[in-house]
Amino acid sequence: MQKDSILNIILVGVGLCIVCGAVISTVAVSLKDQQEQNVIFDQQSKIIDAARLLEVYPSSQEALASIEEVVVNLNDGQPSGFPPEQYDLDSILRDSSQHTVLNGSDDIAMISVRENLSKVYIEYRNNELKTLILPVRGYGLWGTLYGYLALDSDLNTIVGLEFYKHKETPGLGAEVDNPNWKKLWNGKKVFDENGLVQISVIKGFSNPENAEYSYEVDGLSGATITSKGVSNLLAFWLGNKGFGPFINNLKNKEIKLSDV
Amino acid sequence: MSKFKEILLTPIFKDNPIALQILGICSALAVTSKLYPTLIMCVALTITVSLSNFFISLIRNIIPTNIRIIVQMTIISSLVILVDQFLKAYDYETSKTLSVFVGLIITNCIVMGRAEAFAMQNTPGVSFLDGLGNGLGYSLILIVVGAIRELLGSGQLLGIDILTTTQNGGWYVGNNFFLLAPSSFLIIGLFIWALRSWKTEQVEEKEFLMSKNAPKEVETHHG
Repeated sequence: MQKDSILNIILVGVGLCIVCGAVISTVAVSLKDQQEQNVIFDQQSKIIDAARLLEVYPSSQEALASIEEVVVNLNDGQPSGFPPEQYDLDSILRDSSQHTVLNGSDDIAMISVRENLSKVYIEYRNNELKTLILPVRGYGLWGTLYGYLALDSDLNTIVGLEFYKHKETPGLGAEVDNPNWKKLWNGKKVFDENGLVQISVIKGFSNPENAEYSYEVDGLSGATITSKGVSNLLAFWLGNKGFGPFINNLKNKEIKLSDV
Repeated sequence: MSKFKEILLTPIFKDNPIALQILGICSALAVTSKLYPTLIMCVALTITVSLSNFFISLIRNIIPTNIRIIVQMTIISSLVILVDQFLKAYDYETSKTLSVFVGLIITNCIVMGRAEAFAMQNTPGVSFLDGLGNGLGYSLILIVVGAIRELLGSGQLLGIDILTTTQNGGWYVGNNFFLLAPSSFLIIGLFIWALRSWKTEQVEEKEFLMSKNAPKEVETHHG
């Protein structure tokens, strides 16, 4: 058969597609479980890190066992009763009946849509709520940062903040992953006496003698826009459009989580 | 035997794909801000270029001339997808760092260049060696660039503190320029200069000669 005949062109083209397609699908399918496991494991480890659970529990498994997942309705701040294991954020963000479109001044974190139901994580110690771990996200410089914010049992003191997915510049914005910077969040306060969100990332260093010190985290040098993005996403998710109503209900004991 | 050795070693210094052929520069800029992702990228590219050379050479006699580029691209992109899938399954952290740049190996000119220039004319074994050599040549430059950038930019090598930065309570003020892609241009430029000072036959011939009466200094009219 002639190498350049039309028949050979079709045969080689189709044959190559079938072979390559078969190899790729086989490998992709056989590695899928492992990959999904990696994603879940990565997120779980960020939840554990945000809540600093490895300082209390000897292993990740025991830390995870202490965590309960609750799906919360963000509009009224009440547990929704939705089964957490069926919760899928991606499909909610695609389905317009399950999310709220944010416009202009509401969308400070620049996420354009906000899910109506959100899955939060609660760590119980001695049958008491010890840590509340909230999923947060918001736009930085190059893309959306996804992470977890852990609050202590007073629902005002930050335990930790961890990001599991972002596109910030390595060495500048990506310093959100720097352990020394992450340590700064521990012990900071979120709300002032009037219940307004005060926590923010400032430019430069926060002065311990300053009255605002407990609401301020040092900025990342060379990453002003990422720092602002982090401030904005916290302001959004802790505010009225985010977990504000849920946190207030918890504070006012209007929810009994043991009923959940 | 010496022929195989030559095919394998020539692309490392004598005919380096980045330094002499100036191919594959974009990924050399993009992934080199830290050494570890750089190493993974080098392995990923070396595997891709070796295997793509091998498979393309294997079917070189039945590839129709008219669609040869498409055939090459199909094989290369399939291999890159495989590498990406394995990375996501076994080194999730690094695959997050490299993100889109693994996929962009498909458009790396070295892979396509070796397929078209070498694998289409040579037997599979030799083509594999050629791919391996070119992958190593690419890796050499990337590792040099990655090591310099991580050391001067973050004061670390493979994440281990060498020059402790002020952010981590040390004395070294990290040079942010080395964390940004343009610094790779500088390092690659210096590397090419050093290489051509050593192997002077790599210096390109002058494209034109200055006319005899041209002014020696350009700045003649400044007071």
